[in-house]
Amino acid sequence: MASDKVTILTDGTFEQTINGEKPVLVDFWAEWCGPCRRLAPTVEELANDYNGRVVVAKMNVDENPSTPMRFSIRGIPTLLLFKSGQLVEQVVGLADKDSLKKLIDKHVA
Amino acid sequence: MLRNVVVIGSGPAGLTAALYAARANLNPLVIEGLEAGGQLMLTTLVENWPGYRDGIMGPDLMGEMRAQAERFGAEILRGHVTAVDMQSAPFKVTTSDASYETRTLVIATGASARLLGIPSERSLLGHGVSTCATCDGYFFRGKPIAVVGGGDTAMEEAIFLTRFASSVTVIHRRDTLRASKVMQVKAFANPKITFEWNAEVEDMTDVSRGEVDGVSIRNLVTGERKVIPVEGIFVAIGHTPNTSLFKGQLEMDANGYLITHSGSKTSIPGVFACGDVQDHVYRQAVTAAGSGCMAAIDAEKYLEGVPQHLGKTTETVNDELRTMK
Repeated sequence: MASDKVTILTDGTFEQTINGEKPVLVDFWAEWCGPCRRLAPTVEELANDYNGRVVVAKMNVDENPSTPMRFSIRGIPTLLLFKSGQLVEQVVGLADKDSLKKLIDKHVA
Repeated sequence: MLRNVVVIGSGPAGLTAALYAARANLNPLVIEGLEAGGQLMLTTLVENWPGYRDGIMGPDLMGEMRAQAERFGAEILRGHVTAVDMQSAPFKVTTSDASYETRTLVIATGASARLLGIPSERSLLGHGVSTCATCDGYFFRGKPIAVVGGGDTAMEEAIFLTRFASSVTVIHRRDTLRASKVMQVKAFANPKITFEWNAEVEDMTDVSRGEVDGVSIRNLVTGERKVIPVEGIFVAIGHTPNTSLFKGQLEMDANGYLITHSGSKTSIPGVFACGDVQDHVYRQAVTAAGSGCMAAIDAEKYLEGVPQHLGKTTETVNDELRTMK
């Protein structure tokens, strides 16, 4: 049940996306990562809940090595939240929807 | 709707409890939890699950258990329990989205990987410090790494990580491994694995750069200190039971493990516990599954003997008693 509300990011589109007007939540994941698969439905729910207010995006670390390297990501799932191109929050590993919402709400009017 | 059985947790214990409860027509509801599928979801080949002579991949085994429980009518819900009220029956289980009332509760919340507890470890988590080799090994292709611990999990992680890493240094507090003989033999035979015995981790660097570049250890026998240059540190020093929800409600030991007696019974009638949340001794998938079966049978027996008034409020019962007079 992949949601069309989740933006697929690549190394090529990353910079432009995070510098957009809305905050951007990026889920760094890979096919072989079990916890990433568990987090995926939560990320999709967030994309629905924050539709129009926050860009919720996913980046496959297998296909896009440079962005994870730039942020020293050595563990997935990792969620990064950007506002006006700046990194404002990061969450390593699994997290429940409530705590993620609290984190996002700090940066969303 | 008042439930017969709510199972909290979806590892081998929880799903086996659900399977048995479902086959007893108790329509169990399983609330998966954050780490759905449990610890086996983070492993690769499981070679000690009876019936699979060539082994089975951990995530595949959990997928099968889940499908089997569902086949007999278990309802499995994605969600994370945030509160449990066991003060009076029916018990109340709350998740971030809803709450459920149930006559019996099966606790199968398992245990989660433990960290060393040094400050640098927390800040470098996800940036070189990891508790999951199968998740994060990929990031250390051709790089030197360290594994902390001497048990089965530590050896499994070390062996798995040799697929990626240029070298794996196992840091262990004692001079012998706690791991099973078969794992020890595999680890000792692996040319990429070396050992630092009697060694304690003192620090991890480099916090200011936000990346791991080394681990400082101290030899507990000689007192000698040294820094091992590594880019990844995998911590596999055991687990802590996931029992914070039950503090002050259920009897637990000094380490937070639930105490069970006469099978899977906890200190509250109608509340049963199974799997790693109540077992710090065996901690195997097969023992967890076995205890999950026990919990379901205990819950079924309890429900057979449960007086009809359970599940009603005290007021209703008193009203009924009054009318009977």
